[in-house]
Amino acid sequence: MRHRRDGVRQAVPRRGFGLTYNWAASSDFKVPLIPMTILGSSLAVLGGLLIGLSALLLLLSIGRIAGISGIVFGLGARDATERGWRLAFLAGLAVGTLLMLPIDRLAFAPRQGFPLWALLCAGFLVGYGSRLGNGCTSGHGVCGLGRRAPRSLAATFTFMTVAMVTVLILRHTLGVLP
Amino acid sequence: MRSLAAAFIAGVLFGIGLYVAQMVNPEKVLAFLDVSGRWDPSLALVMGAAVCVTALGFPGVFRGGKPLWAARFSLPADHDIDRPLLFGAGLFGLGWGMAGYCPGPAIAALLIQPAEAVPFVLAMLGGAWVQSRTFRR
Repeated sequence: MRHRRDGVRQAVPRRGFGLTYNWAASSDFKVPLIPMTILGSSLAVLGGLLIGLSALLLLLSIGRIAGISGIVFGLGARDATERGWRLAFLAGLAVGTLLMLPIDRLAFAPRQGFPLWALLCAGFLVGYGSRLGNGCTSGHGVCGLGRRAPRSLAATFTFMTVAMVTVLILRHTLGVLP
Repeated sequence: MRSLAAAFIAGVLFGIGLYVAQMVNPEKVLAFLDVSGRWDPSLALVMGAAVCVTALGFPGVFRGGKPLWAARFSLPADHDIDRPLLFGAGLFGLGWGMAGYCPGPAIAALLIQPAEAVPFVLAMLGGAWVQSRTFRR
């Protein structure tokens, strides 16, 4: 991915994991690659159904909640018997991602030039916040809402609202982040 | 073994779902959160579809009494909507709105755009570690 002076991206073939794939040309930095067309909406629904099925399978088979923050942070738990299924899930997540990488139609141009300080700051907040609040988008948003947990409804409403206000302020009011 | 295989397959479905839905693209996520700009509502469809499956499927699973290959369901303790929950969710939303990554997509992004995901995930683990050291219920 080359970055032209005027900030417009050029699509160049990218090699990764032994597979060559082309990022579809996206001339406008701001427009998501797959817009809200019939195809885009269908993919969104399909992706959501798969995420829901994943959560359903995990609950049905081993009685666990598919909350990624809980799964990741649970790896650090003292109880080693709790690690196996978490590692298996994360390995599956990696394999699922790798299966999708070669598909041209789904490929997107990686974001360029996003400031490191913002990534570090955001990562810290996401880690601290999801552990303190006992869940993230998947645990509260997908599983918690599915079992109609009032705590998850409150958490989901809170983080959605805060995230939207954050984008409004950082992107539009202050203009410090893209 | 069966339970590990089930967890693995659930992970595969989750990974494919995140990618197909483009939730792994932080710019797409930020476009969804950007309600005052060029709003891209498609992630509402992602969450809507996922919640439809869980809301319809979970009650049936719970009616079974216990999961297929475990002694019982491991569900979060149901306490009240308290300050740690709301404060934590608020901090999480702040971080999510800054960079466009929540934990699942951040893990997947380690394989897609490691230049962003590696520092993010390390900071995320650091944040969780600090939380575990500083706050106990």
